Amino acid sequence: MPYPTPETQREMLRTMQTIRRFEERASDDYHAGDIYGVVHCYIGEEAVATGICAALNDDDQIISTHRGHGHCIAKGANLDRMMAELYGREDGYCKGKGGSMHIADFDIGMLGANGIVAGGISIVTGAGLAAQLEGSDRVAVSFFGDGASNAGPFHESLNIAAKWKLPMLYVCENNLHSAQTPASRTLAHEDVAARAAGYGIPGVIVDGNDVFAVYEAASNAVARARAGEGPTLIECKTYRWRKHTERPNQPDQRTQEEIDIWMKRDPIARLVDHLKSQQGQFSDEEWDAMDAAVLKSIEASVVYAKASPFPAPEAALDDLYAD
Amino acid sequence: MREITFAQAAMEALVEEMERDPKIFHMSTDAPDALVEKFGESRVRATPIAESALTGMAIGAASSGFRPIVDWRQVTFAFVAMDQIVNQAAKIHYMFGGQAQFPILYRASVGGGGRSAAQHSQSPYSMFMNMAGLKITLASTPYDVKGLLKSAIRDNNPVIAFESNRLAGLKGDVPQEDYTVPIGKAEVKREGTDITVVALAWQVQEALAAAETLAAEGVSVEVVDPRTLIPMDSETIRASVRKTGRLIVADEAGPTAGASAEIATLVTEDPDTFSCLKAPPKRICALQVPIPYSPVLEDHVFPDRTKIVAGVREVLGIG
Repeated sequence: MPYPTPETQREMLRTMQTIRRFEERASDDYHAGDIYGVVHCYIGEEAVATGICAALNDDDQIISTHRGHGHCIAKGANLDRMMAELYGREDGYCKGKGGSMHIADFDIGMLGANGIVAGGISIVTGAGLAAQLEGSDRVAVSFFGDGASNAGPFHESLNIAAKWKLPMLYVCENNLHSAQTPASRTLAHEDVAARAAGYGIPGVIVDGNDVFAVYEAASNAVARARAGEGPTLIECKTYRWRKHTERPNQPDQRTQEEIDIWMKRDPIARLVDHLKSQQGQFSDEEWDAMDAAVLKSIEASVVYAKASPFPAPEAALDDLYAD
Repeated sequence: MREITFAQAAMEALVEEMERDPKIFHMSTDAPDALVEKFGESRVRATPIAESALTGMAIGAASSGFRPIVDWRQVTFAFVAMDQIVNQAAKIHYMFGGQAQFPILYRASVGGGGRSAAQHSQSPYSMFMNMAGLKITLASTPYDVKGLLKSAIRDNNPVIAFESNRLAGLKGDVPQEDYTVPIGKAEVKREGTDITVVALAWQVQEALAAAETLAAEGVSVEVVDPRTLIPMDSETIRASVRKTGRLIVADEAGPTAGASAEIATLVTEDPDTFSCLKAPPKRICALQVPIPYSPVLEDHVFPDRTKIVAGVREVLGIG
């Protein structure tokens, strides 16, 4: 598969850098006490959400995980409303009822970050069923981790999607650790993709830190899904740079050596290097300008969040039921 | 008016609603023939035995504009889907700030009496009542089950319809023409002046029989059927108790943290109603054990018309 156009490559880079800068800021503001509860950072895994979503149409649908900022941003979510949600404000995506783990934007096909490991897999499979029932060419994408691949909903959903040939992409972000526990201690087979064989569907392993490899795998899977040939399981081998959560007392069993190895495989640095070498059209100045613009958009989102009021306490009673 | 059974009335509701709205589709591990013949295998899906996945898929399909019906068949099989019910279906509208609607009907049979032992004789609706965000119906007649199911299908929220298996063969008047029974509206099934029996599902039929027996003795029993557990029509229940001054709650479920406890509290925590009470409220429920198999044991565990009659006499201090 040829590389995406130079403009698409730049767009991918901008998306990945936006994810990273957004989370750096979210982490800072969390530690400053402006963001509450818990924040899970996606830093190091940006190429997965970016490469997958670059292969999607606007009306395609995704579902995310507790580590969901990257998926939101890659699907086109509004940074202001995301940050306002993290800040617990009225103008947040969920009016302050969700927070970091529960950002959704149904208008852009983002069916929600979900705080239950494997909790979203069957929900988004239902979105795939809806697309099939409608006769639309929409596809639906489930993002989940290596930990979720050990849970029942993964297996139930893949079996159904395969049997009914639903237009699905099951994207496993194998970051080698299920919370604090190494995946090597919990996965019976080190490759999640191998499980696809049990459902008679393609299981593809890609370098999850190579946005082009992810994009290519996603494009093939999307074409297969739109053609009515059913789901694909894509396993993206990747790594989160930070601990499971940003909590100050968050345990972390990983070795510095392992973290260092993976940080050398930085998906953003790799794309920058590629743009500079392969295209010969991307200068240091251009990269600096792009990063500055990204930082400006993040700063603007914080300004927006801080300007948004907290919800009225009695708003806790709103939205229990739809009319 | 024609008479049909509770089960027939329920199926009629599904057929008529599916005819009315092409966005409704049905998933269950055993596709009902009556629906498959009419609507085909695409809209009436026989699924793998994977209730967790079905429960979740309904949520995703609902957010995409469909109105799924998932029949768990027995509530027993809903327990493997508890994550999807509790963490997803109940919360998803609220948690995302009301962004999307999730019109879903989940159906499940409840109740005992079939000599089916502990895992297949359960009435755990209070477990689901405890989860904010769901609506819950529990019909006692063919007329009500049809009207409530229609309301549930047309509701823009996840609704769980619990249906007592003891009532499946019960016949009753059901009109041919379209009608609904509103969610959240109790009904006085029999008017009386001496005591209120708030009864659930099959117990409504038992309470009506008990009221007939007691009427011959000069005791006037009012039977109130909440019909929906969430939202609960507390006003109708309280108004009845204010009139009679006495309350019995009859429920096939066990008493502990049950719907019966909720109903008793709705009555006693309301000062105007509390002040009308002439006797302490009484609950006539299943014994708090898993349901045993042997008929002698099972019958001992459940409330019935005889126990209701005895309970009424006790509260009235007669006989």
